Amino acid sequence: MSSSAAVPFWRVAGMTYVTYSNICANLVRNSLKEPHRSEALAREKVHYSVSKWVEGKPEKTTIRSDPE
Amino acid sequence: MLRHAATLLLTRRRPTLTASLTKSRYFSADLAATETADETFVEAWRKVVPNIDPPKTPSSFMKPRPAVPSTIPGKLTVNFYLPYTSELSGKEVDMVIVPATTGQMGVLPGHVGTIAELKSGVLSVHNGNDVTKYFVSGGFTFIHPNSVTDIIAVEAVPIDRIDSSLVQKGLAEFTQKLSSASTDYEKAEAQIGVDVYSALNSALTG
Repeated sequence: MSSSAAVPFWRVAGMTYVTYSNICANLVRNSLKEPHRSEALAREKVHYSVSKWVEGKPEKTTIRSDPE
Repeated sequence: MLRHAATLLLTRRRPTLTASLTKSRYFSADLAATETADETFVEAWRKVVPNIDPPKTPSSFMKPRPAVPSTIPGKLTVNFYLPYTSELSGKEVDMVIVPATTGQMGVLPGHVGTIAELKSGVLSVHNGNDVTKYFVSGGFTFIHPNSVTDIIAVEAVPIDRIDSSLVQKGLAEFTQKLSSASTDYEKAEAQIGVDVYSALNSALTG
């Protein structure tokens, strides 16, 4: 049986809830007044290194520092 | 984990000092709430295997649902959590108005249990004559029948921290993006932008 709940426009367009929620939060953070804006953006920074593995060996390691 | 339950029950000692009150009083009549879910299972087990204690089922590890008081409490207990802080924790207030996707929802003590998804909007906490307003980017609200309300949001700021010039700029930018968007995804992103900035705008003016 299929659910009759209305599908949100972002899901129809192929976006997941997590992506939608993060976009909304980022838009709000970017609209803050100065000291709070930089604090909020700094708080959400992530810093990680990503490696793709092919046939049991790491191919390359990129370090990502996303402010988003 | 329950495969080994029978062996463990036979070989381990009876509940020791480290066992929790619930575990040591598992079959006590006082914990009616924890037992009722397992009664049919326990009876069926005892008929087949009377010598071995029945294994615990997942429902026995769960805390019983909090009782709903028979008279409506005078105050609502609000928990408002963000990923990086507890904005309000166990605060007793008169009313909260949450920006649900279905519209502004007022929550009073004794509200029926509800789970509501939040959209970008203003959350106001009313306590006597004090009203504290936050702009919430999104999240969920769990209203429990025992007059406890949990609100979780990804980002929430007091209204006075919002910069109106940035809001106007953002609104104009995303309205323009919406008209020039080509793919569905871009249209969705632009629409989200327009929704959030319109909500920010009305929060500033409202």
